[in-house]
Amino acid sequence: MSDIAQPPSRKARRFGNIALQAGLVAIVGGIAYAAMVNAAQNLAQAHIASGFGFWNNTAGFDISQTLIAYSSSTSTFGRAFWVGLLNTLLVAGIGIALATVLGFIVGLGRLSRNWLVAKLAAGYVELIRNVPLLLQILFWYNAVLKSLPELRDSVAFSGGIILNNRGLFLPRPEFAASFRYVLITLFVAVAAAIALRVWARRRQEQTGQRAPLLWIALALIIGLPLGFTLLTDLPIRFSYPQSGRFNVLGGIEILPEFAALLAALSIYTAAFIAEVVRAGVLAVSPGQTEAAQALGLRPGTTLRLVVVPQAMRVIVPPLTSQYLNLIKNSSLAVAIGYPDLVQVFAGSVLNITGQAVEVIAITMAVYLAISLVTSLIMNLYGHAIAVVER
Amino acid sequence: MAATADSFYLRTVPAQRLPPPPARAGAIGWLRANLLSSPGNIALTAICVVSVCWVVPQLLRFFLLDAVWSGHDREACLASPVNPEPGACWAFVRVWLNYFIYGFYPIGERWRVDLFFLALAFGIVWLAWLAAPRRDIGAFYFFIVLPILSFVLLSGVPMFGLSQVSTSLWGGILVTIVVATVGIVVSLPLGILLALGRRSEIAVVRLCSVTFIEFVRGVPLITVLFMASVMLPLFVPERFAPDKLLRALIGVALFASAYMAEVVRGGLAAVPRGQYEAARALGLPYWRMMALVVLPQALRVTLPNIVNTFIGLFKDTTLVFVVGIFDFLRTIEAARADPHWATPVTSVTGYVFAAMFYFACCYGMSRYARSVETRLARAQRR
Repeated sequence: MSDIAQPPSRKARRFGNIALQAGLVAIVGGIAYAAMVNAAQNLAQAHIASGFGFWNNTAGFDISQTLIAYSSSTSTFGRAFWVGLLNTLLVAGIGIALATVLGFIVGLGRLSRNWLVAKLAAGYVELIRNVPLLLQILFWYNAVLKSLPELRDSVAFSGGIILNNRGLFLPRPEFAASFRYVLITLFVAVAAAIALRVWARRRQEQTGQRAPLLWIALALIIGLPLGFTLLTDLPIRFSYPQSGRFNVLGGIEILPEFAALLAALSIYTAAFIAEVVRAGVLAVSPGQTEAAQALGLRPGTTLRLVVVPQAMRVIVPPLTSQYLNLIKNSSLAVAIGYPDLVQVFAGSVLNITGQAVEVIAITMAVYLAISLVTSLIMNLYGHAIAVVER
Repeated sequence: MAATADSFYLRTVPAQRLPPPPARAGAIGWLRANLLSSPGNIALTAICVVSVCWVVPQLLRFFLLDAVWSGHDREACLASPVNPEPGACWAFVRVWLNYFIYGFYPIGERWRVDLFFLALAFGIVWLAWLAAPRRDIGAFYFFIVLPILSFVLLSGVPMFGLSQVSTSLWGGILVTIVVATVGIVVSLPLGILLALGRRSEIAVVRLCSVTFIEFVRGVPLITVLFMASVMLPLFVPERFAPDKLLRALIGVALFASAYMAEVVRGGLAAVPRGQYEAARALGLPYWRMMALVVLPQALRVTLPNIVNTFIGLFKDTTLVFVVGIFDFLRTIEAARADPHWATPVTSVTGYVFAAMFYFACCYGMSRYARSVETRLARAQRR
């Protein structure tokens, strides 16, 4: 008899495996069941309804920024949900655009040969990355925007723009019926520019001659609609905001909550995007640039055809996760009362209905859906730009 | 074939002397290479210099020269003939400092908080200093002894003569540190388990881990905190309903675990296959293989990422603010709103003080992560 432990037989391992799985399922299921029983009991005790019936009930609360028609007396909780979601998407969409521009500028600035520019960009990144976003949002909102002048001392800019601590008020463009012809011209111009590009590509492949495509396209896309607008006695009019005694009427109102959230989100995310961009550019080996130059490509062309496509391959995946972070971080709006999805739905609606389980589940499902759809698109994009091995 | 004089070129007079090349070394050379290499660069440099010269003196004036350092109420920080344009109101911070650190923790018991800070600092140094002796005991201390010790110290056990202090009295930096520490102490082991689960061969384990990780990473921390604070009490029998701070701690810890799991998974992926196979060949069962061979290597490789995740966690602790917990940022908000100190500069001062605290902590940690990274890179090259 040897006292060396025999490894368990294959059959025993398999059995252990299945037992483990069954046990895990039982534990998880048991916890879920107990939670559900408790929740039902607690909810019944507190006289809180369950189910999604509340969706069509009248909301009865006001929302300070609504992109779609909404009134507290007639709109439903479901409508409030859409208002909140659109507000989230608005701040996230503009934030992503601003953060990308600023992030690329700072990221390339960090790589600048100019010592001062590189140091300033590095300082920006270090300072912004190491201070919590919530603190930055509160700073912009309470320390910067709240210290703007009061309503009666509003600053009036030329062009009918009014600024005070209630927000920034811009003239609202109002489109006459003839404006649709301007849109049609714009559409035609874009189509023409695309056709031109196809033709120029083909000609360059055949004859080697290049066309000044950019300038012609710009002239088409800007010139045509603009010319049309000027010819047909201005189909756009502006309604200007009027400063009243208690508030400002008319015009487009940009809430300080929106501005603070947007500023903080863009500045914060830009610092992370800058690092992503820097890493992406550094990942392209200098040999690539040298080889392109040796082939006689000009610096601009080298950048456009050799460096950027390779850098983008490294940049895009982390860039997407930064975009997702920005969308998720926009939920911090709740701290300053910008009516985003979380503030409207997981805040006001939850407090009124008390249906925590349903409300939180819907809110989380929205963010999950955004994340999953984005990562799906990113995977497709990743396949499209993957290096084709031959 | 005879070479004629004009079939090749031969210089007959010495070439003209060229002027010496521009200085490459020294201060002037450095300036020329780094700041003034082209007209565009000169313009950029000029813009930067002008904006720095415009901003820095103003900051200096506001935060140092014209700042108010002492006083007992808002009068000190309002414009006066002596100081017509008052800068930062540091007097406000000085008066409120104890509140910022301890919240409403009873004054007589604050030595317990200090002791907790000391015990924590000791544990951090033991773990973070890579050359420290017996870091395995350090880990035991940090993950087992310290949590128990902290609970006894902070919450109080009447049996040991420490009176009970309700968590509703905790506040300020104490709460920030507690949330962050609980986050790391819970999320690291849980994250390791989740990462192992995600790479497990057992389908159900894998499914559970992946679902949890992807779910938590797909939603904002705020919704997790909301869930913990409003849904958790529903899911347990009423008499076990956890208190407010504990609910937030659970939310933060679960949230951090999902992120930690992904970081650990990266580390596991970096361990070469041969290591697993060798351990298997030696006859090590799964857990001993992981504990003795794979995890030590994986965690070392991914230590910088763990620290970076922890920086994110530390910044995210501010979000407990939203569910009504008096963390450091919330105490700043509360103090800022005090009418005794309402001045135009109070908010800015409070926020800048908070920013300095968070910056010092996070920047310190990121420097540490970077130093570990360079150390690892050096070890890799060898």
